[in-house]
Amino acid sequence: MKYSIFAVLREGLRGGKGWTPAWREPEPKAHYDAVIVGGGGHGLATAYYLAKEHGLTNVAVVEKGYIGSGNVGRNTTIIRSNYLLPDNTHFYEWSMKLWEGLEQDFNYNAMVSQRGVLNLYHSDAQRDAYVRRGNAMRLAGVDAELLDADGVRSMAPFLDFNNARFPIQGGLLQRRGGTVRHDAVAWGFARGADSRGVDILQNTEVTGIRVETGRAVGVETTRGFIRAGKIGLACAGNSSRVAAMAGLRLPIESHVLQAFVSEGIKPAIDQVITFGAGHFYISQSDKGGLVYGGDIDGYNSYAQRGNLYIIEDVHEAGMALWPAIGRLRMLRHWGGVMDMSMDGSPIIDKTPIDGLYLNCGWCYGGFKATPASGWCFAHTIARDAPHELNAGFRLDRFASGRLIDEKGAGAQPNLH
Amino acid sequence: MRIRCPYCGERSNDEFTVLGDADALMARPSGDDAAAFYDYAYLRTNPAGQHRELWYHSAGCRRWLVVTRDTRTHIIADVALASTRGDGEAA
Repeated sequence: MKYSIFAVLREGLRGGKGWTPAWREPEPKAHYDAVIVGGGGHGLATAYYLAKEHGLTNVAVVEKGYIGSGNVGRNTTIIRSNYLLPDNTHFYEWSMKLWEGLEQDFNYNAMVSQRGVLNLYHSDAQRDAYVRRGNAMRLAGVDAELLDADGVRSMAPFLDFNNARFPIQGGLLQRRGGTVRHDAVAWGFARGADSRGVDILQNTEVTGIRVETGRAVGVETTRGFIRAGKIGLACAGNSSRVAAMAGLRLPIESHVLQAFVSEGIKPAIDQVITFGAGHFYISQSDKGGLVYGGDIDGYNSYAQRGNLYIIEDVHEAGMALWPAIGRLRMLRHWGGVMDMSMDGSPIIDKTPIDGLYLNCGWCYGGFKATPASGWCFAHTIARDAPHELNAGFRLDRFASGRLIDEKGAGAQPNLH
Repeated sequence: MRIRCPYCGERSNDEFTVLGDADALMARPSGDDAAAFYDYAYLRTNPAGQHRELWYHSAGCRRWLVVTRDTRTHIIADVALASTRGDGEAA
């Protein structure tokens, strides 16, 4: 059923008896034209765009748990397209454009809120770097504004402008950036895909990938073998493990990233604000909790939980930026498993095995990329070739030297 | 997470810097075999389970350690010095 104000009014009068489940729970078929492994944001978006843009509807999304139980439900919900390098700028800007039309497109309220993303700078050198990035963005048609300290003060007077070590000199603002209700992104894509005929197979774990004469022909699952014309992997932190089922070794390490929510308070911070002298980003949810995070822990982990020293590090950065948050209590915190690539940029590409496609390496920036990742991955699978937007996100770029190292940190995943 | 350094005893992991997969990083290829160097620099097994990894005790004895740790639970099974002399003593 289509969601609308009329549906809400009608069901309100009927006691809500007419609402139907947002997606089916079908039995697996023996064969699909395409199977997507991983029912997170990227996998569901891929299935949605395969059906919508490419008319491929005999598609299954195979998920070992329930949909949205991974990183799409465990992030800090930020969307932005403020990147420097051309491959990133164009790709993330396409993602931003998809976000802007997404709720009408898939008829679901994802609470897309373009409240602005403000990156603060604390030194002359950092200002120069932000000027360069802002200019690169504007040349690519992305909005960017450079603010001085007074400009920042008018937006967020509560920050510690005169911090002895890291005084705030200004910031680079992308007004179109913001936040999105993350679970609703998974649900909206799932519902949109399901309504176009895609089977979403929850609690179905892939245990093997069958390869015959150099071609992937199907997946072994806990609910039996499923034959597939094409197989797309969108397994985030578990990409290495799933790719290993097909004999592939990836330029990926899995790391844990922690995030935090404070107790709920009245509206205090309108934007997403990032600290420029440490790694810290903060916004406020509609429930009132401050949502914030910082660095990954730095060691390989599949544990979905981290260690105390990062909690301390993140809160120290937060206190340096906004001392008043020291009066708040942290309500909850959690960890997600990140597929950290060797240059900090993602991979959306074919693999050396025919019929097997790969979407991974999102580091901890995967949420904002969800629509464009699905859109480009669907194109790559349907046409058996990358779209020009993801042509740079090649699997072989590490061998050929065409790295996309946004921060210039080198081949060291825990530095990205 | 606490790491039992052979020199310094059990210390908090924030005294250490982690580099990653010990078996991959300690097998540096010689010569100009580009394929082998690509393997060494970029590819990782990335297991869910026991993982031998290089940690540097940067705020302690400044020795490189090989820590065997379960990536699913963070439980450390073994810590050894990365380099030893022939007689088993630390080099």
